[in-house]
Amino acid sequence: MNNLIVQVSKIVLIILFALFTLELFSSLRYKKNQLLKFILIRQRILMFLILLLGNAVSYTQTSKNEFILLFLIECLFLMMLIKIYNIFYQKANQILIHGISMLLIISFIILPRLNYGKSIKHIIFCFIALVISSFVPLIMQKIQDLKKYKWFYGGTGIVLLLMVAILGATSHGAKLSLPLGPFSFQPSEFVKITFVFFTAAMLFQDTSFKNVVVTTIFAALHVLILVASNDLGGGFIYFFTYLIMLYVATKKVSYLGIGLFFGSGAALLAYRLFSHVRIRVLAWKDPFSVIDGAGYQISQSLFAIGTGGWFGLGLYEGMPDTIPVACEDFVFSAISEEMGGIFAICLIFLSIGIFLMIVNIAFRIKNQFYKLIALGLGTVYGVQVFINIGGVIKFIPSTGVTLPFVSYGGSSLLSSFMIIAIIQGLYLMDHEKKGEKNE
Amino acid sequence: MNKKTTRKNENKEFTLVTYSFFILFLVLIAYFSFFIIFKSETAINNPYNKRQDTFEKYIVRGPIYSADGKLLAETKVAEDGKEERSYPYANLFAHAIGYAKNGKAGVESIANFNLLRSNTFIAERILNQVKGIQNLGDTVYTTYSYEAQKAAFDALGSYKGAVIAIDPSTGKILAMVSKPDFNPNSIVKDWDSLLSLDGKDSVLINRATQGSYAPGSVFKIFTTTEYIIENPGKYQQFQYQCEGVTTVQGSSIQCYNKYRHGNEDLEEAFANSCNCAFSHLGLTLNPEDFTKTCTKLLFNKKLPTAYPSTKSHFELTERSSISSIMEASIGQEKTTVSPLHMALISAAIANDGMLMQTQVIDHTTNAKEVGVTTIKSKEYGRLFTNAQATILQEYMREVVLSGTAKSLGSKAYEAYGKTGSAQVSDSSNDTHSWFTGYAIDSSGKKIALAVIVEKSGSGSEYAVPIAKKVFDAYLK
Repeated sequence: MNNLIVQVSKIVLIILFALFTLELFSSLRYKKNQLLKFILIRQRILMFLILLLGNAVSYTQTSKNEFILLFLIECLFLMMLIKIYNIFYQKANQILIHGISMLLIISFIILPRLNYGKSIKHIIFCFIALVISSFVPLIMQKIQDLKKYKWFYGGTGIVLLLMVAILGATSHGAKLSLPLGPFSFQPSEFVKITFVFFTAAMLFQDTSFKNVVVTTIFAALHVLILVASNDLGGGFIYFFTYLIMLYVATKKVSYLGIGLFFGSGAALLAYRLFSHVRIRVLAWKDPFSVIDGAGYQISQSLFAIGTGGWFGLGLYEGMPDTIPVACEDFVFSAISEEMGGIFAICLIFLSIGIFLMIVNIAFRIKNQFYKLIALGLGTVYGVQVFINIGGVIKFIPSTGVTLPFVSYGGSSLLSSFMIIAIIQGLYLMDHEKKGEKNE
Repeated sequence: MNKKTTRKNENKEFTLVTYSFFILFLVLIAYFSFFIIFKSETAINNPYNKRQDTFEKYIVRGPIYSADGKLLAETKVAEDGKEERSYPYANLFAHAIGYAKNGKAGVESIANFNLLRSNTFIAERILNQVKGIQNLGDTVYTTYSYEAQKAAFDALGSYKGAVIAIDPSTGKILAMVSKPDFNPNSIVKDWDSLLSLDGKDSVLINRATQGSYAPGSVFKIFTTTEYIIENPGKYQQFQYQCEGVTTVQGSSIQCYNKYRHGNEDLEEAFANSCNCAFSHLGLTLNPEDFTKTCTKLLFNKKLPTAYPSTKSHFELTERSSISSIMEASIGQEKTTVSPLHMALISAAIANDGMLMQTQVIDHTTNAKEVGVTTIKSKEYGRLFTNAQATILQEYMREVVLSGTAKSLGSKAYEAYGKTGSAQVSDSSNDTHSWFTGYAIDSSGKKIALAVIVEKSGSGSEYAVPIAKKVFDAYLK
């Protein structure tokens, strides 16, 4: 009987999530406020139903009363998240907040299934990240001269990354984190933000060749330190973000071409020089041939996705715990296994929608500095989602980055919340300026 | 005006960024869908995938049948719900069908996913789920011929070795025997003793696909092929005077029992399996091209089969010594092959050069005998040109008519083949006895096979009679 409930609800979950994603995309087309209002209401109902159904299935399968409490806490959190932007920042982009909420709801359903202890920490991190990040738009409105501190952004980034490279703790072959009391802290998650600020501050006015060279040297330094720490995913995100920002700032396609050329050359060189790069490429080309070694993670991930198929095995019916780091980097495979390939594709579409909304905000911002920041942060999000999902489905070599808002991890969560808060801040500042002109 | 142009320019950059990301993500989704549709089956069936076992909670493992309808494996559910897997023919299909406890092997492993899927009517399945009753898994019909399997099993007797037979026109595996074997009914009980025996006898190794043997004279098929390729139109002019022994720069090669074959052309040398002629002929070949040809003929790569298999090895280079080239040309030196590989070569020759993908599942049905999937036979690729296949067919026929496999003469079918006797190692006088070939009856029904009998003697004496019994049983 339980199994029947699980099997029926997995189909219902897919339908609800697909409807939610459709609503999000239709909001990109409609500009009329009235229509938007209805979309927002429908999305809230869908979100509530998905969270309720997810928790109900978990409760049926485990008979743990904790899920009732957990459901209430999660509802409380989502209400706080939506209300903060509704009341304090009335003009904020609500659809974007809904998109983020939906990603969090997926994490609220899948993480307790994977690791109950981590899921409790995850929800605590969510509250902390929300409180900290909700001050960001306010602070941004108070500080007017953000563009002046370019060397502060660049310097902080380099120093933090160097600290990790020298003092960092090694996990899964990469140096990523610094111990900070009882927690470990991943500076590269936050340097992403200072890096975007640095690049925007350097390039928003002066796109002379000399300035481009100086900026590129500093950007390359960031990337090189990351590669030296074996954080290849991080290096790739920084590299690509810089390239996109450089292209939009200078409007020169040639820079994009040169950048891609040197990027490929550097990748080839890294392949020749470093054995850890070669191992990852081998694990990508034929994971089953090295299943006992480097190919283990990706093989387990493919087993999970393949066995799950289009409709998934149902929550608690698969074996996502056989995938290493399922809560963190490989959360997408766990979702695909138990909630289904269609659900996973909707998740990709939701991520595309969020990326498009951020780029859309960037496009509409007049101030070139703010525009570049919004674009850069949007790119960071887009590239990170792409290399995370691409890595776990064996589309590209796996590089070990988290899936923003869905993966477990305090630093990743806080930095993702900060990124969205900064974008909302930019959106608000730009709206205010427009408002002033109109009056 | 000016402002409008900048706006428009900006539009260009943003459009490019937006669209490139959008397309990248669509490609990602396309790849993901491609994986689920076409590749997920291999991931699901991988023996490292522990998920299949979770299905056992809700499904009673389905039965396995031979192509001619003999029940080879079934799961019996006792009153108290205890399940037992039983194999009516015990050792007969040990390596072919395998086992489902203590890991999985054979068809039990290859078709695991099919056996644990229930395709009965959906309403019935839902009803069973509500009632908490297990659903019945699908039935797997294999390609095995009971007659051919039984003949091969009995003929091999108490020898160690393997027999594998394939239908050349479809790639369907008809028989697969490997000895020593085990009783799958008592695999759990016998496990520890099987493992301790395994060190010495390798009971659990399927010699038909995983065996690695020196090919000996059956390798002359490859040497002949390369000679034909390198001497188009002139290979018929090959002549050699066999004295029973030959020595080139200090390296000696001798024929079986130092027999003097006298004056021979290529066809006669092949039929007589003349080592002296072939080691001389090998010295005229380009070693790099020879290696390339052998690689095309399935050396040094994974064989097209769902069973775990070993790669065959062959390598000659410009730097290979005269003695290694001479030894390699008659299938000694470091060259190794599996029986499956040799059966595939004969199958390709029988099928005019085209190799079919091997296949062991014929079709599956649900528990109510309604068809679920039928596996279509697929081409693997062309191993020989039509012309090469015709020449090899003629030579292999000559082996039966006048050469080392004369005992294969029959009224019911025409047999073709090549014998071999391979020295086990330099330090021992033991020889493995080989035969590979095929037979066709008047209706066009074909069977290709490879036989190896470990540490017995010459191919004509030990392997050929086994092949004959399999041919007789299948083409009666």
